[in-house]
Amino acid sequence: MALAEAGRPRIQTAGLTLWYEKTAAVRDVSVSFGSNRVHALIGPSGCGKSTFLRSLNRMHEETPGASVTGLVTLDGENIYGPKVDLKRLRRRVGMVFQKPTPFPTMSIYDNVAAGLRLSRQASRPVLNDEVEKALTFAGLWEEVKDRLHASAIALSGGQQQRLCIARTIAPEPEVVLLDEPTASLDPQSTQRIEELLFHLKERFTIIIVTHNMQQAARVSDTTSFFYLGELIETGPTRHIFTTPTEQRTEAYITGRFG
Amino acid sequence: MVALLVAATVLAVLPLFLILGTLVVKGAGSINLDFFIRRPVPAGESGGGVVHAIVGTLLMVGTASLVGLPIGIGAGIFASEWPGTRLAQATRFIADVMNGTPSIVVGVFAWTWIVARQRHFSGFAGAMALAVLMIPMVMRTTEEMIKLVPHSLREAALALGYARWRTSLSVVVRTCFPGIVTGVLLAVARVSGETAPLLFTALGSQYLNTDIRQPMAALPLVVYTYANGPYDDWHRLAWATALVLILVVLVLSLLTRLATRSRFDGPR
Repeated sequence: MALAEAGRPRIQTAGLTLWYEKTAAVRDVSVSFGSNRVHALIGPSGCGKSTFLRSLNRMHEETPGASVTGLVTLDGENIYGPKVDLKRLRRRVGMVFQKPTPFPTMSIYDNVAAGLRLSRQASRPVLNDEVEKALTFAGLWEEVKDRLHASAIALSGGQQQRLCIARTIAPEPEVVLLDEPTASLDPQSTQRIEELLFHLKERFTIIIVTHNMQQAARVSDTTSFFYLGELIETGPTRHIFTTPTEQRTEAYITGRFG
Repeated sequence: MVALLVAATVLAVLPLFLILGTLVVKGAGSINLDFFIRRPVPAGESGGGVVHAIVGTLLMVGTASLVGLPIGIGAGIFASEWPGTRLAQATRFIADVMNGTPSIVVGVFAWTWIVARQRHFSGFAGAMALAVLMIPMVMRTTEEMIKLVPHSLREAALALGYARWRTSLSVVVRTCFPGIVTGVLLAVARVSGETAPLLFTALGSQYLNTDIRQPMAALPLVVYTYANGPYDDWHRLAWATALVLILVVLVLSLLTRLATRSRFDGPR
């Protein structure tokens, strides 16, 4: 991804409404996320920001009773179209979850290689190389290079989360979704992940859900504020945090509710 | 309060020690090499062994496992992966009923469908009765073990682009595999000691027989027959056989412990 393309729309939604049974958890969201930027989704608990995030790689529909109306496009292509290969889509749009989810039966190495092994038959040296690259990028290589074949669950929480980031970026997705990736981590580990985000946006488009407004202000280029299932306001992070247009946004970021 | 709980615990394990102690006292003396490698001697003579029953139990439990384990594990995976479907709900209900059914009922069932039709007793009929007993046990433990795997793990695999079947097998089932093995070993241990379903299927035999189409001896049947018999020598063999049965269960439990140990405990 050439940096010259930075900012070009990558993921766009139009009139996107997300349902659980007959309840609309997210209503009529139209927004555009530019390439090689960090986009933060903020809002109080239950505002629909995580549900929205999960619709961008079609994880939303894994919940029983969930459905989708409206449009989501990745590079102009409707990801809910009839011909879309779900597995391929999810390899293009990776996801990191709130709680670290290393596969407990796999070694550190095998965790990182898991996604790589799905997408192509790579020879051992190539695979070794890719695993090292991903771990280096996630800032974990130095800590684990001597115990690549040890259990992944022996790592600390922060290391596990960086391992999950390495696993997600190893197959070279185009977009990386992060659902409150630091919510279960201590401040030091949180800081490491935040620093990592600056790196990540050189190669990927990042969309991160966070309930921590300082985090959104620190790491993101654009911020979208969700409230009661609606997208209230979206724009450059600087604007949202200094001169928001909407009164509800201002009330939330100044801590008057939420 | 604590004293009461301690008393309850002691009372709970006391019968176990009494059983084990009695079996060792009465049975250990009769266990020797002959016991494992010799066939029974004619009534009234002393000596002899129960190799025919050891072979019979191995063959029947082995056959039952070959039939019952894949079906039980498969049904368990289905019921946990598609929990809301009619088929899963019905299967779960039937399995629970089957788990509570006295095993002699299963024996009667096997007699009706296999022995009565073929017009002769056979080890095969016994094995099928044991398989029918294993299926619901293995199915339910497999399902419960899979349900213990955190949902987040399944989502992580799906989000990585894993197909659904691959998520089920290489992430979810693999994560709880030690638990499934535990369920399998418990089921094997349980049917190894079953007597009732074999009474009118395998029937029992005095001969060393490796043909599963013929009537066959089994360790629990030997205990049943010999303990009821009139000879002291038979009683001694019955005690010894009962001890061996307990030891088999013990070994299976130890294997369970080994199976549930993580492969990351030692260097690879």
